[in-house]
Amino acid sequence: MKYKVKAFGVTKDILGGKEAVVELEGQTVAALRNQLFQKHPALQGLRSLLIAVNNTYAEDNQVISESDEIALIPPVSGG
Amino acid sequence: MIKITEKPIDVQKVIDTASSLGAGAVNVFIGTVRNNANGKNVVWLEYEAYETMAVNEIRKIIDDASHRWPLLGWAVSHRIGTLKPGEVSVVVAVASPHRRESFEACQYIIDTLKANAPIWKKEVFEDGEEWVSARPAMAVN
Repeated sequence: MKYKVKAFGVTKDILGGKEAVVELEGQTVAALRNQLFQKHPALQGLRSLLIAVNNTYAEDNQVISESDEIALIPPVSGG
Repeated sequence: MIKITEKPIDVQKVIDTASSLGAGAVNVFIGTVRNNANGKNVVWLEYEAYETMAVNEIRKIIDDASHRWPLLGWAVSHRIGTLKPGEVSVVVAVASPHRRESFEACQYIIDTLKANAPIWKKEVFEDGEEWVSARPAMAVN
């Protein structure tokens, strides 16, 4: 499966752009995060890395599909 | 009103949007850009938001607050883009019948926004830059 992933904040710097395509066998949020950790080890140095699916924070066991809007949410710092 | 904007925030407009004739209190939080962080001078901040999700998350926070306190009106505006020290980065205004609930609701909204809304800031110093809170703090002592 090929998932399109949006990147914000520090993850944009680590991935080298606002969007990336991630290819993996699995279909869960956890599988996607693991794949990203393998490909971009610098992501493991963050305090946290949440993943949003269709504009909502997702649980690790949530199943994703190629048509979902997926985004990487590094530690937030608004305000 | 929930707004994510690149333009300077009109604080009075946010207050007016929240205000209600039935209210005895309008509580306003104004977040501003500090000129220093960790002992270094901040030259400017870069704010970035995942806009559609940020609006969703802020709406959830307002919904929660509306269930907990008798809000008569509310408005939240968050700035993105390049901000210099002293500029307003966020304004939260809530109106309620009495002052106590306006203080509590306003604090709840800004605290939860800071914890949950997908918005990020990068501090730009004279000698470098850093996404705030992205990495574990270095051990001091």
